[in-house]
Amino acid sequence: MPEFSTEAQELVQRIIKRYPEGKQKSAILPVLHIAQAEFQGWLSVPVMDYVASLLKILPIEVYEVASFYSMFNLKPVGKCVIEVCRTGPCWLMGAEDVVHHIEKKLGVKEGETTKDGMFTLKTVECLAACGSAPMMQVGETYHENLSLEKVDSILNEYKTNTKEHISHWDKKHIKK
Amino acid sequence: MGRQLLIDNINQTGIHTLEGYRTYGGYQALEKALRMKPEDIVAEVQKSGLRGRGGAGFPTGMKWSFIAKPPGVPRHLVCNADESEPGTFKDRYLMQRKPHLLIEGMIISSFALGANLSYIYIRGEMMAQFHILQNAIDEAYAAGLLGKNILNSGFDLDLHVHCGAGAYICGEETALIESLEGKRGNPRIKPPFPAVSGVWDRPTVVNNVETIAAVVPVINISGEEYAKIGIGKSTGTKLISACGHINKPGVYEIELGVPVEEFIYSENYCGGIKDGRKLKAVVAGGSSVPILPAELILKTAKGEPRLMSYESLGDGGFATGTMLGSGGFIVMDESTSVVKNLFNFTRFYHHESCGQCSPCREGTGWMEKILRKILDGRGTIADIDLLWDIQGKIEGKTICPLGEAAAWPVAAAIRHFRPEFEEYVKNPQNIKDVKHYYRLNNLQEA
Ligand SMILES: Cc1cc2nc3c(=O)[nH]c(=O)nc-3n(C[C@H](O)[C@H](O)[C@H](O)COP(=O)(O)O)c2cc1C
Ligand code: SF4
Ligand code: FES
Repeated sequence: MPEFSTEAQELVQRIIKRYPEGKQKSAILPVLHIAQAEFQGWLSVPVMDYVASLLKILPIEVYEVASFYSMFNLKPVGKCVIEVCRTGPCWLMGAEDVVHHIEKKLGVKEGETTKDGMFTLKTVECLAACGSAPMMQVGETYHENLSLEKVDSILNEYKTNTKEHISHWDKKHIKK
Repeated sequence: MGRQLLIDNINQTGIHTLEGYRTYGGYQALEKALRMKPEDIVAEVQKSGLRGRGGAGFPTGMKWSFIAKPPGVPRHLVCNADESEPGTFKDRYLMQRKPHLLIEGMIISSFALGANLSYIYIRGEMMAQFHILQNAIDEAYAAGLLGKNILNSGFDLDLHVHCGAGAYICGEETALIESLEGKRGNPRIKPPFPAVSGVWDRPTVVNNVETIAAVVPVINISGEEYAKIGIGKSTGTKLISACGHINKPGVYEIELGVPVEEFIYSENYCGGIKDGRKLKAVVAGGSSVPILPAELILKTAKGEPRLMSYESLGDGGFATGTMLGSGGFIVMDESTSVVKNLFNFTRFYHHESCGQCSPCREGTGWMEKILRKILDGRGTIADIDLLWDIQGKIEGKTICPLGEAAAWPVAAAIRHFRPEFEEYVKNPQNIKDVKHYYRLNNLQEA
């Protein structure tokens, strides 16, 4: 069975204590986020089974939750998952062009991962940054007021500097 | 510009820290509140006329007065920080810059409700703000503002931040409760209402971030003073997140009652329409509320200036009015295609339907398909009537209001812009007026 790092295990125990005794199932969403941070950005069946064992619940309870929420990836993803907002206000400001541009630049379609395993392109719904549209998210970072040139330089930067998977729950928040 | 009670000093460096927040008067309301009786705080909030800022506008003091108090059963306050209504981005801004304002509001409100364990449910995508809040909570614990015997008042409170994982429906309060219990975000049938049976079947109050933050100035200046701001039953200030084709998108705190025309065109607010274009339409309160054409958003059907208030925006009902909603103010210029915008919103609701009720699950899917057909240039007049028919069969027939949130935009777009739909049907080859076109699933450029 896969296992979390010691720091992550300690963090999980602290999180479980935030809920009343016997209600440890409540910790499932934060723990699944941590699982994605620990295991290359996605949730495999063994990882979900491990989470079930940590929370003392049935594996099916984890599967049904993991498949409901859009932030959980049930298949492998690239080191850097680009999530472009596609909802109304961003779309009004040119989100369509941003998605188009990234598809061309990376040679993938929405939902796909580049061959080198570096990038996955996703489209997501309104991320509460409509005033600085169009925008996209990578890990916990929002990139706002995008222009196509800005997108290019952001992608180049990630390409040069990304050594390990970037997850929503940034690893620096697990280590401390 | 009017008074600012929530975002005053928001740009001061260090205001996100406890020390910085205190420099600008932070936690004074808490000290005052802890010297009051809980029921007097509830009364103060009732006097203020504060209404829920999450979208429905329900009076907060009244909601608090409904909480059941069975002996020996813990009660909970849960802050709704799921902010996912398209066009709305005020809560994220507030939490990012002034996390302690929300925490102070949570402590006061928990004290008023007799809750000793409270949560802030923040949407998972806002992980950066999740950690900002966590750091602020840690600071508050260290300073004795959270935990046991807060400021020697005898009141204990544990406050935690909980993260979601991407699901618009989890903003609906009963779905949020399910999600907090570690389940899929399926809304519950009401009654029982959360005030009687909420998280872990215990009495629970769910309030929006801005609502809870507003409790702080209510206590600071008194309910009576708060009620003097605003207009009629729209008391106090409201955060409006303005976006779309305007010169100055952003979050504005307004005194309720500002004329819509001033809000759109004044340099104090949106600064007018981008590139000198003309205003075409506005979705005034987040994507779920009815769209209004320029003439009806600026003036009511009676010809009176439309104001930014619950009553004035609602004037005329859905025939000629709309709603203040969450304060997500989406402005569209003359180049916008209302049909394509509606397609985008309908696609959103279809994607976000939890699937429990057939009118919502199937209806949103059908509406998306028909709109795509119309955009493709394959639509007929009968399709427009069918859309109208389907939306009417969702409203009032579902477990939660997401069904209505999906139906209302369709009804309003057809009500006010039917000729535009007909143009797509009759002369699809003429539709070249829009800059952006929806290409998803190989929709061809018009
Ligand atoms: C589909 C749907 C989504 C909602 N999303 C949110 C949200 O993101 N934030 C919020 O505060 N309220 C949201 N609400 C409203 C909540 O159900 C609830 O009314 C609100 O949190 C109550 O707080 P208030 O009285 O302080 O406004 C949503 C409602 C529905 C039906
Ligand atoms: S109306 Fe839609 S979102 Fe709400 S419970 Fe029914 S299916 Fe789910
Ligand atoms: S629509 Fe993209 S952030 Fe709101």
